[in-house]
Amino acid sequence: MAVLRIFASLVCGIVFGLGLAISGMMNPAKVIGFLDVTGSWDPTLAFVMGGALLIAVPAYRLVLGRGHPALAGGLSLPANTRLDTPLILGSALFGVGWGLVGFCPGPAVAAVVTGFPTVLGFVASMVAGMAVHAWISGKRPVRKSSPDAASDTG
Amino acid sequence: MGDFTPVSGLIGGLLIGLAVALMLLLNGRIAGVSGIVGGLVNPKAGDTDWRAAFVIGLPLGALAYFLVAGGPAPVNILASPLAILIGGLLVGFGTRMGSGCTSGHGLCGLALLSWRSVVATAVFFGVAMVTVFLTGQGF
Repeated sequence: MAVLRIFASLVCGIVFGLGLAISGMMNPAKVIGFLDVTGSWDPTLAFVMGGALLIAVPAYRLVLGRGHPALAGGLSLPANTRLDTPLILGSALFGVGWGLVGFCPGPAVAAVVTGFPTVLGFVASMVAGMAVHAWISGKRPVRKSSPDAASDTG
Repeated sequence: MGDFTPVSGLIGGLLIGLAVALMLLLNGRIAGVSGIVGGLVNPKAGDTDWRAAFVIGLPLGALAYFLVAGGPAPVNILASPLAILIGGLLVGFGTRMGSGCTSGHGLCGLALLSWRSVVATAVFFGVAMVTVFLTGQGF
């Protein structure tokens, strides 16, 4: 079963990466074109999000109604429902970085295949940012409500 | 700039949605890239193999595009090296602090009808738009 789950993850990653490449979202210049609402706006990103939600929303309804996934024992869903400061502040910091470069995590990781030093530099920097966050949160005593990191949306 | 490509955008989006759907349907997991990568940066025993497989799959999917389309998908980064460095740090730190990115909050969270994700998505889209405006990246 574990092998099947790992294989399923790999396939999901491949389909996700292929979708990013086809949609043009792997290209930071195109993402900036969407974020540039006061310039010559390129609405493509809205079509990408719309297309993805068209599949994801009914599929999520279906799985949540069924209550359990096909290959795992249960669903690992976010437990945190509070609109707290880390959510807002973290999302704002992410927004600044996203606007500066035009890369969010998915497209950046997929674009590693180009081997461009700029892409590798961005991903290395992103991983460093995640490590800094892990280090800072590790220094504070964190009250865990569940042993699973289910508050994490990703 | 400003090349509006709704058809390829929609097709790519449907594939991304399929990947997100399969991840929950098969593995019961949220396909949020920052969360999946974050779990590799700060690993827990027995919780890394599926994450690594997904992360390896992303560039493989982009490679599959190269092979099928006969050429690479364009990746044009206009930011300076310093902006790339700072931007990367902010994206990494911010997505961990905010528990998600464009995929985790923007797709999975919205599909879960989560208020946290609606708010997070509004914040990072809004702040990114203001950042692009203020840094004069408009064309």
